[in-house]
Parts: sequence; structure tokens; C-alpha cells
Amino acid sequence: MEIPRHWRLRQQRYALVGEVCPHCEEKIFPPRDVCPYCGNEAKTQFTFSGRGTVFSFTTLTEAPAGFEQTAPYTVALVKLEEGPVVTAQLTDLGDRPVEIGMPVEMVTRKIRAEDEERGVIIYGYKFRPVLTETQ
Amino acid sequence: MTEISPQPAFAPLKPDRPVGIIGYGAYVPQYRLPASEVARIWKGGRAATPIKEKAVAGLDEDVATMAIEAARNALKRAGIPGDHLRAVWVGSESHPYAVKPTSTLVAEAIGAVPHVQAADWEFACKAGTEALVASMGLVGSGMARYAMAIGADTAQGRPGDELEFTAASGAAAYIVGPAEEALAVIEASFSYVTDTPDFWRRPEQKFPMHGQRFTGEPAYFKHIIAAAQHLMKATGMTAQDFRYAVFHQPNTKFPQRVAGMLGFTPEQIKPGLLSPVIGNTYAAAALIGLAATLDVAQPDDRILVVSFGSGAGSDAFILHVTEAITQRQNRAPTTQTYIARRVEIDYGTYVRFRGKLAS
Amino acid sequence: MREVVIAGIGMTPVGEHWDISLRSLAYRAIRAARQDAGGLQPQALYLGNFLAIDSSHQANLACLIADNAGLGGIEAMTVEAADASGAAAFHVGYLAVASGLVDVALVVGVEKYTDALGPEQESAVAQAMDYDYEVMQGLTLAAQAALVMQRYLYEYRPPREAFAAFPLLAHANAVTNPYAMYRRAVTPEAYARAEIIADPLRLLDMAPYADGAAAVVLTTPERVRDLPHPLVAVRGSIGAIDTLALHDRPDPLAFEAAYHSVQRACEMAGIAPGEVDLFELDDAFSIYAVLSLEAAGFAERGQGWRLAEQEALGLRGRLPILTLGGSKARGNPLGATGVYQVVEAALQLRGEAGANQVPHARRALVQNLAGPASSAFTHVLERYAV
Repeated sequence: MEIPRHWRLRQQRYALVGEVCPHCEEKIFPPRDVCPYCGNEAKTQFTFSGRGTVFSFTTLTEAPAGFEQTAPYTVALVKLEEGPVVTAQLTDLGDRPVEIGMPVEMVTRKIRAEDEERGVIIYGYKFRPVLTETQ
Repeated sequence: MTEISPQPAFAPLKPDRPVGIIGYGAYVPQYRLPASEVARIWKGGRAATPIKEKAVAGLDEDVATMAIEAARNALKRAGIPGDHLRAVWVGSESHPYAVKPTSTLVAEAIGAVPHVQAADWEFACKAGTEALVASMGLVGSGMARYAMAIGADTAQGRPGDELEFTAASGAAAYIVGPAEEALAVIEASFSYVTDTPDFWRRPEQKFPMHGQRFTGEPAYFKHIIAAAQHLMKATGMTAQDFRYAVFHQPNTKFPQRVAGMLGFTPEQIKPGLLSPVIGNTYAAAALIGLAATLDVAQPDDRILVVSFGSGAGSDAFILHVTEAITQRQNRAPTTQTYIARRVEIDYGTYVRFRGKLAS
Repeated sequence: MREVVIAGIGMTPVGEHWDISLRSLAYRAIRAARQDAGGLQPQALYLGNFLAIDSSHQANLACLIADNAGLGGIEAMTVEAADASGAAAFHVGYLAVASGLVDVALVVGVEKYTDALGPEQESAVAQAMDYDYEVMQGLTLAAQAALVMQRYLYEYRPPREAFAAFPLLAHANAVTNPYAMYRRAVTPEAYARAEIIADPLRLLDMAPYADGAAAVVLTTPERVRDLPHPLVAVRGSIGAIDTLALHDRPDPLAFEAAYHSVQRACEMAGIAPGEVDLFELDDAFSIYAVLSLEAAGFAERGQGWRLAEQEALGLRGRLPILTLGGSKARGNPLGATGVYQVVEAALQLRGEAGANQVPHARRALVQNLAGPASSAFTHVLERYAV
């Protein structure tokens, strides 16, 4: 069981809670102890909007342990509108072809279970094609 | 139809401080299983089907994820941050865990923790509306300014069972707050409950059992009609006083029939009758229907909502829409936006998505 | 710092060694390298390995390997930098001898990929990435390479088939390498037909993970004046890191760590990167070979694939790469790869590469990467002139 390491990250995973550097005001995700932009310590929480665009993507058929049940799936580098890039799965694609530059939005989904029948279920961010343009 | 009246002495539920809905949000997953697919596999393709198609949760979705999205939509419409909520209550019969609340996960995801009531509710298909009544109490008593009630399900049906045509997935969330902030004031509520075993699932069983035709007359119809009639009578209203009505919808026919029995026209139930295209979303069914109705409602409209939960009981509500509705309808995706997002799947994909493959 | 030379080299064939254990595999390479070095007694063993702590459930592997090889009492430790562990161990061995603290160091790279099978092994290799933010999204090393390749195709628009040149070259060179896993050429048609692993990455864009062990004996030149083969001097050896996670880089197509380690290793050796006779680069994925060429300055950004087009990279080209098949055709024994590369470069510089000999090879650049150059180690090796 690896409960603590996932539990500790729940706010980041469920709601894209990262940081804003109090010194240079750059937005940071995933959180870091030292701001990569100015080198000072960054500790102020910041919740990202969840809006971004696809920077790169790929679809896997050979999934690692824990992910076999959902293969094939698409993983992308998503550039968040606040600046940082995150690695995340794309979901709800249907038959829609993915393209670099495609607008996406964050949703909270099941990432995987520690054990299909009995283990803790790990939830976290994924991104899907933007549902409506009017939000 | 014989009229069944509870003791007239019982007044409708009405809090000391008037309350209303200040935000609402729906969620319907994008996958659709046409009922004809179930008929193709189990009935030689020749059965009359109770609905056109049903919404099915994807592999990475469950009650928690759907509840989170509905809750986020409700917060957007209410225009409040998650930490203003003093309760996050999730009603469902398909919580991801038998023990460990869905509500804490939802509350964490929407930023409502840690100073919050959180619990999961179970009363078959009316678990969500029961949470709504409790929210009225919490806010109406002055203990809380805002409380959230969610109904969500990824309903189960044994392969080949009648339920497999209709058992669907979806969620809806409501934030109850002071009437002066409401997009719809909850004028009164009334519940009608008896011990009626029309549908059940024993612990550690994957699929529910049901009483076939016993689920109709003595269960669905009796409880909805009793709750609705009593509430209308006690408030001095008739079907003509309402612009819209929403009833629990296990299929297409039942809500149509119960509406007719209560004197409602097909027009009145039209915006909220979603079961033909999304199926029976159980604890979410009446609440998603209400969300779709609120999406099109105008100020001063009155809406009657009556849920039904097996086992059995109904909660009835009278909503009075306010001026605030017009600015809030488009702050989050409408129910029809979700319904329009449609990816058809076949029975094989459905069986994989719902974890029905024998391993 | 003292002058350091490679006095002995040894390796096992790369492949699926079902019947050979982790410790025995390492021993075979150690025995060969020690014999080649005239039986010098090592005072320290630095081991490069990536997977054993997970896949073989073995920690303190260097102790086991040294103990099993009859080297009781010496200093031994494992050096881990994912699939650059071999180069990292070589770097530590170099530092130990150069510093004067150790006179004879044994550097061993060993990987027993086939000790575990299936999705568990895919997960073990994925640990080269940021576990919380990459692995937990279901990413694999191959999928990560696909993300890089997809972006490269988008930004620079090379023909998709341009990447074929790298596996084709690797396989052509491996035909005459008895230690290689795949000693057969592949055709452009086979490349085009290959199964897609993670689009746009095909099976032939990815070096196959395998078992293998390689070893070198490092010492100072005066200790080994009478060996029957030439010595190879280590003129430069530098490691550098980038962000561990690909997504944290301002420009994921710039292999910054590879760039810095090449620049500084060449500076240390007093040469320019162009003044080498061969470049044993890391072709764990064909796209990484392209980006390594660009990072080292052999091609402009976005133009690395053109070097293959111009046939510059063959054994008789102006910059031979993957001279004994690279990871693609020799096989990729992950934490041992960096030591294999050094052994292969040493064979070239000693003039012992047989049919694969690069004519007049006197100086080699050797580079091993962890993942998408999250870590990079570059060495400058030179035929030792007395």
C-alpha cells in the first residue's frame, strides 16, 4: 500500500492546486520547493483554472502495471493557460482526433486503483476537449 | 385510482428562514448504449424497449468523479467558492466504496474541506432528494448559510435483466442557501415513506433484485402520487399552477403516466423528461430532470419535483423561480450540452466499461 | 588529477539470458575485463545498475557482485542514474582513480531485465521518470519519447520516414558484432510496417530492453606498461542534469543536459566536439539520437535527421555513430548501456573492432542518457600514446 504518498498530493491531483511564487509571481505546477524562475522558495498556494492546450500527445497500447484496465489511452503534455506544462491523460476523446494546439479543460477522474477489487482508488486530473466555448 | 391521503394534520416541510436553490449543476457522461443493443444481445433484437438509449460512465468515471463535475457546475452558477459550503452530502446507491465516504472526496476536490459536514446518503433513487431536504433544514435553521446536496449514480443491472436497458449514469448537485440569494425559492417540501420492498441489493452483491410489476403500482405510483397530492393540497395548488413538473423517471412511460394521473400535461414535463435519451440515472434522475428544467425556466415559473426511491418513498418540492435565474443559467454547461455530447457504444464496450467481463 | 586509462574491457552478449543470474552475468564481464587487464587486483568496484532493487529485489547489489566475483574486502557501491547508471558508474570510477585515492578501479554495468515480466517490468523501467507527476499519469519511457517525437515532427516537419535511418544504421552495424542481440539488417519497408508502440513511435524506433553486463578496469598508465594491447585514455568525463520531468522544461526538444556535458567534457579534454573520430551516442529511441546530434552541435536545431540522409554517420562517414549496433541492435541493457558504450569505443580506439572498425579511430565521444536526457554523461576517450 502506498496510501500516504498519494494522499499527500490530493489537492494537486483533484483540483490542480499549485503555487504562485511570492517573489517573481510566476505560477508553478507541479509544486516545487524552489521557484525554477527566480530561485527563491515558493510556498504560496494557487489553484489553476484547468484550461490549457495540447502541446504534444501520444496513445499507448502497452500500459504499465496499474493502467492495463484502461488501455489504450492518450497521454499529453498540456500547456496550462497560466504557463506551466503538465503531463496528463486526455479523456472523453471519443472519435475526435487530437491535435497539437487543441483547447482542453481539466476534469477529475479515476487515475487507477491500487488493486482493482480491494485497493484505494486514486483520483486526479485529466483533460478533455473543451465542452463549451461560452464559459 | 383511489386517492391515498396521509393524515392531513401533517404540514409540509417549511423552514423558519426561507431557503432556495442558489446554484445547480448536472453531469451526464458522454457514452450512450442504445436500448436496441441490449435487445440485440438478449431478446433476439425483437423487444419493445423502455427508452431509446442510456448514458454510460467511462472507464475513468464513477459516482465521485461525476459528483465532482456536477458540484463544480453548481458552484459556478452560485458564484461562491467551495469553502463557503457547510455541508456536502452525496446520495447514491453506487458509491465507489462500501466504507469510506464519497462526500469527503467531493468536498476535497471542490475546496470545501475541512469545516464542513460530509456524509453519504442511501435511499435508492431518492438519496439525493433526501439530502436536499436535509440541506433545507440545515440552512433554514440558520446553522449554515450554504449546503450542497448531490444525487449521483452509475446504476447497476444484471446482464440480461430488464434493468440493463435503463440503468444509467449521471449526477446533479444543488446548493441550498437563503431565499433572497436563490434562483428558485423552495416554497415547501413533503415526503411520503413506507416499508415497501420493491427493489433491493444485499451487501456485497453486484446487482440489485427487483419485484417486477410490484415496482409499479404499490411502489412508484403510490408514493409519488401521495407525496405530490398532499403537498399540492396543503399549499392550495393544482397542476395548473405549475409551469413545469419533474418526476422520477425509471423509464419513459412511468413519469408520463404519473404526470397524467396528477393532472399535468405532456408540455409541463417535457424539459425534465430525460429518461428516453439518458436512461434512469437513479439518485440523479429527478435532480438532472430538474436541472434541465431550470436551464429553460423563466422568472416566476413554478416547478413541482417529485422523486421516488425504492424501499420506498418520495420527496416532493415546490420551487418558485426568481429573477436571478437568467444570469445563472449560462454560468456552467447546460444539461442539454452534456446530452448533446454523445458517443455511441456497442454492448461489448458497455460490458467492458461497466466491469461485467468475467475474468 | 592523475591520468586515467582503460586497461581492460569485457562484456557478455546482450540478449534474453533466461538461464544466467544477475550475479553470474556480472561475473562474466568482470572476468573478461580483468583478464584483459592482465589480472590487476581492483581496490574498488563501481556498479551501474537500474532495475535490480525493484525487479530482482536486490539492494546493495555492488556488494553482492564484488563478493560473488571473489573480491572480498574491496570498496563497492552501486551508482544509479536510471538508464545512464553505467556511464555514471564509469564517471565515479574515473574520479576515484584520477583523485589518487584508488589505483585500480573496476567499473561494471549489469542489467537483468528478464528477471521480471510483463506490465510490472514496464512499470519498473518507467521509474526513470518523475513518479508522482509522470508515471502516475500512465506514462512509459516509450510514450515519453513519443511525446518528444510528436512535438519534433510538429515543429520541424521532417519527413516521418527520416527517423528510419537510425535503426537501419544500427542494425547494419550489428550484423558483424558477435555481442549484439539482433545481428540482422532491417529494411525501410520493415521500418514502415513496424507496429506502432505509442504514436508516432514505432517498434523499430525503440531499442529493445535486454540483459547484459560489461566491465572495464581503470588505472594509471604506469601500472600497465606491458599489456599486449593499446591503452585508452580518459580525457574527459562530465555529467549534467536537466529537469527530471519532461514537462518542466522550457523547451523539451533541447537536450540541455546533453549539450552541457558535451561542452564541458570536450573542454576538459581540450578539444572541440568536432575533433572526434566517432560518437557513441544514446539511441534508446531514434528521436533521442537525433536530439543528441543536435545538442552536441553536429547539426542545427531541427536538422539532426539530415546527417543520416547525407550518410555522414556510417562507419566510413565523417561522424560514425552506433558503430557496433547501438542500443537499437546491440540491445539496451539499461543500467549497463553506458559501460557497453565505453567498451565499444575502446574496441574502436584499440583497433580491435574487426569488420566494424572505424578507420584511424583515435578519439571518441561517448554519451549515455537517462530518459530524455534528464541526466547525461559524456566521456572523451583517446588512444593512449606513450
